[in-house]
Amino acid sequence: MTSEPKVFADAKSALFDLRDGISLMSGGFGLCGIPENSIREIVRQGIRDIHAISNNIGNSGRGLAMLLKQHQISRATCSYVGGNPDLEQQMLAGEVETTLVPQGTFSERIRAAGMGIRAFYTPAGAGTLVAEGKEVREFDRPCILEYPLSADFAIIKAEKGDTYGNLWFKETARNFSPLMAMAGKTAVVEVEQLVELGEIPAEDVHLPGVFVQRIYQGRDYENVVEIPVYAPA
Amino acid sequence: MADTVIDLIQPGSSLNLGIGMPTMVIERMPAEKRVMIHSENGVLGVDGRPLPETVSPTLINAGKETITAGKGASFFDSALSFGMIRGGHIDFCVLGGMEVDRHGSLANWMVPGKKVTGMGGAMDLVHGAKQVIVMLTHFSKAGKCKLVAECELPLTGERVVHQVVTERGVFSVGNGQFKIEQLAPGVSRDQLGIDDQWLA
Repeated sequence: MTSEPKVFADAKSALFDLRDGISLMSGGFGLCGIPENSIREIVRQGIRDIHAISNNIGNSGRGLAMLLKQHQISRATCSYVGGNPDLEQQMLAGEVETTLVPQGTFSERIRAAGMGIRAFYTPAGAGTLVAEGKEVREFDRPCILEYPLSADFAIIKAEKGDTYGNLWFKETARNFSPLMAMAGKTAVVEVEQLVELGEIPAEDVHLPGVFVQRIYQGRDYENVVEIPVYAPA
Repeated sequence: MADTVIDLIQPGSSLNLGIGMPTMVIERMPAEKRVMIHSENGVLGVDGRPLPETVSPTLINAGKETITAGKGASFFDSALSFGMIRGGHIDFCVLGGMEVDRHGSLANWMVPGKKVTGMGGAMDLVHGAKQVIVMLTHFSKAGKCKLVAECELPLTGERVVHQVVTERGVFSVGNGQFKIEQLAPGVSRDQLGIDDQWLA
């Protein structure tokens, strides 16, 4: 592999400047498409007081739930807690200050941060607890003013990435990852396959490399199937 | 109940299925209806279930269950997925529920002090899909009817539900009443547990 300024050897070298108190976005829906190497490295570093921004903050004791187990997360912004007993317990015990955001608002706030949109109105959550303390304006129906959501670091995983950071995602593993790469001040990407420039056809690039600051070849992927349901034999 | 829901879905339409009971619809949807099933984690064209030898850890639905994608399917990121929903491009959504009231308000994401699952995509879905169908058991485990005059639990959306499907029947919501569209075989009006003044 040619030496490129964005290419790092591994998770440890790519995550050299994390510190206590950072905001951290992590891609993945449940355990699908999570950045396994970066999460393991953050567990190893033991940094604390993290504001974690991720749809589920781990699930079934895995993924970001490993950071919860070590009490490294003090704030969480997410849309869904079901299936994550570590978060539910720490949330109800008041150990993790949790903000629940409707999933479409969550993804759009992250997209807005990456796209330079300063705010938007959405009907999701109008007339519910989500609207408390927020500006409500009547369009065709009542809508809530929502602001962008960014982070100091975004850790994401892609199936393929080249040395410029152009990314290609597999199936439903894409989810929040390209949006978070755009919204993170430093986007750190791990890939199953690190390839040379040109190996991902230009038409097939899902996220252009301009949004990516660091990339490395991941290893030892578990790629857990969280809830296997099979066709009748 | 899954078959009752399927009868409400027009052939050739797009359909989002929520977590829990609505996922039963996947396996029973006849191919000839040509319904494109959307799952908000980023796929349009959910087909069914994989075999153990074809399962993919990167191909799941919003309930994190393994699925397959059929011919004509597409994958996309979460913002595009919710753009399909919020932008009104999805014809039907089928959601689970804890309570639905006579105004069409829905509660399905938390029980204060007891249980918090989070709203996931439900708050976006109820405002985006053209037709919002709630599929739920008619009574709670404690025997309380889930079709109520006014929701007591925290709302997912206010005045958003169009139809309710339970094992006792199909109801449409409007004018502050549950309108009986269909009763299940052997079920009579007085077995619905709904105050008569809220029934049409």
